[in-house]
Amino acid sequence: MALSNVLETPLPGFNFDNAARNAALEGLYDGGQTPKPLKTGTTIAGVVFKDGVVLGADTRATSSEVVADKMCSKIHFIAPNIYCCGAGTAADTEKTTELLSSNLTIFSQNSGRNPRLVMAVNILQDMLYRYRGQIGASLILGGVDCTGNHLYTVGPYGSVNKVPYVAMGSGDLAALGILEDSYKQDMELDAAKELVRVAIHAGIMSDLGSGNNIDICVITRQGVDYIRPYQESEYKDNRKMKYRYSPGTTLVLTEKVFPLKLDVVQESVQQMDIV
Amino acid sequence: MKTGPDIRVCSTESGRNGITMNTRGLRSQLKDSVPVAGLCPQGAYGVQDSLRSGFTSVKNELLPSHPLELSEKNFMLNQDKMNFSSLRNIQGLHAPLKLQMEYRAARQIQRLPFLQSSNLALDTLRGSDESIGFEDILNDPTQSEMMGEPHMMVEYKLGML
Repeated sequence: MALSNVLETPLPGFNFDNAARNAALEGLYDGGQTPKPLKTGTTIAGVVFKDGVVLGADTRATSSEVVADKMCSKIHFIAPNIYCCGAGTAADTEKTTELLSSNLTIFSQNSGRNPRLVMAVNILQDMLYRYRGQIGASLILGGVDCTGNHLYTVGPYGSVNKVPYVAMGSGDLAALGILEDSYKQDMELDAAKELVRVAIHAGIMSDLGSGNNIDICVITRQGVDYIRPYQESEYKDNRKMKYRYSPGTTLVLTEKVFPLKLDVVQESVQQMDIV
Repeated sequence: MKTGPDIRVCSTESGRNGITMNTRGLRSQLKDSVPVAGLCPQGAYGVQDSLRSGFTSVKNELLPSHPLELSEKNFMLNQDKMNFSSLRNIQGLHAPLKLQMEYRAARQIQRLPFLQSSNLALDTLRGSDESIGFEDILNDPTQSEMMGEPHMMVEYKLGML
C-alpha cells in the first residue's frame, strides 16, 4: 500500500523516529517502568604472559535484579588470533564485536594478511566515538599478531588503553586488586591462567552482577584454547528428576472430528509469459 | 540528490590559518548540512504542512529528539568535509577538486526516486564496499515496510511539490 506522506526513501542505519515518543512515554510513567536492556554486570579480565594473552570472564547476564542468562558467553571471536571480552549492554557488545569481526575478515581476505590488534582497536574506537557512548560496550581486546602479544581496553566513548593486565565490568575493582597484587612480567601459562581465574573468582564473590561459571581463553602464536567453562560454580543446581513427559502421560478423554468441506468456487488460469 | 556547497565551504573553512574548526552555533550547522525533515518545515513558504506532517510543537521543531540524530544525519557529509579539507592542505586544491568531481558524477547514476539504487560506483570510490557498518545492517531501504507513492516522490524530487 503506497503511503502519500513518504516523500523520500528512508536512510539506512539508525532510525530516530521513535525517540520523541519514547521520551514522552517515559515522562508518562514517572518512575520508569520502561523495559531495561539486558546488561552483563560482569567481571572480565585479561593478562599478558610470556607466550601470549589470557582472557577470562564470568558467565552471568542480568536484567536489573534477575539473572537472565546463567551461561552467557562474554568472550567473543574477532579473528583467529584476536578475542574480545565485552562488558556493558549485552546486545551492544555482541553486535559491535560481530561488526568488528566482519570488517577484519573482509580486510584479511582482501590483503591476504592476518589482522593486527591495532586495526581492531582503531575500528572500534572510530565506531564507538561516532555514537558518543550511546552504544554501551566496554571491551577488552587481546591477541597475538606479528608484532607481539597485546592487550587493549576500549571504553564506551572510544577511549583506548594499552595495558599489561586489566579488569573491567562491575566486578573490576575486586579483580583488579588480585591482579595488582600478583601480576609479574613474563609469567608462565599455568601461572597466568591461575591468576586470571582467581581474579574473576574475586569479582564473582564480591559483586552481585557477576557469577556462575568462569570462562578462560588462552591465545598464543600456536593457536587459541577456549576453555568453557574453566571452573564451574559450586552452587550449580542439581536437578534430581527429569521433567520430560513421555507421550501418553495425558489421557485423551473425548475426541470429535469436524471435516471442513471446501468447494471450488472459481477457477481462472493465467499464462505466464517467459520472455 | 542534495549536492551541497562542497567546495565553497571547504575553501572558507581551511582559509583560517589552515586550522578547520567549526565554532559556529547549532543553527549554522543546520544550514550547512543536509536538511532534516521536521526541523525546516517543508510546506510552501516555509510554513508547517499540517496536512502531510501533522501538528507540531515548537520544541520538536527546533531541536532533534535524540542527541545523535543530527550528527548521524550529517555524518557522511562531515567526514567528507574533514577529509577533503585535510587533503587540500596536504596536496593542494587539485586533489579534492578531482575527487569531488568523481563523487558528483558517481552520485548522479541513480534510478528513479522511488527505486533503490545500489550506488556501486559511489561505494567503490568511497571505499565503503569493503567495510560493514550499521547502515548496512539496520533499516535496509530495500526492505522498508512503507512504500511511497511513486508520482509524489518524483514530483518531490523535482521540486514540483
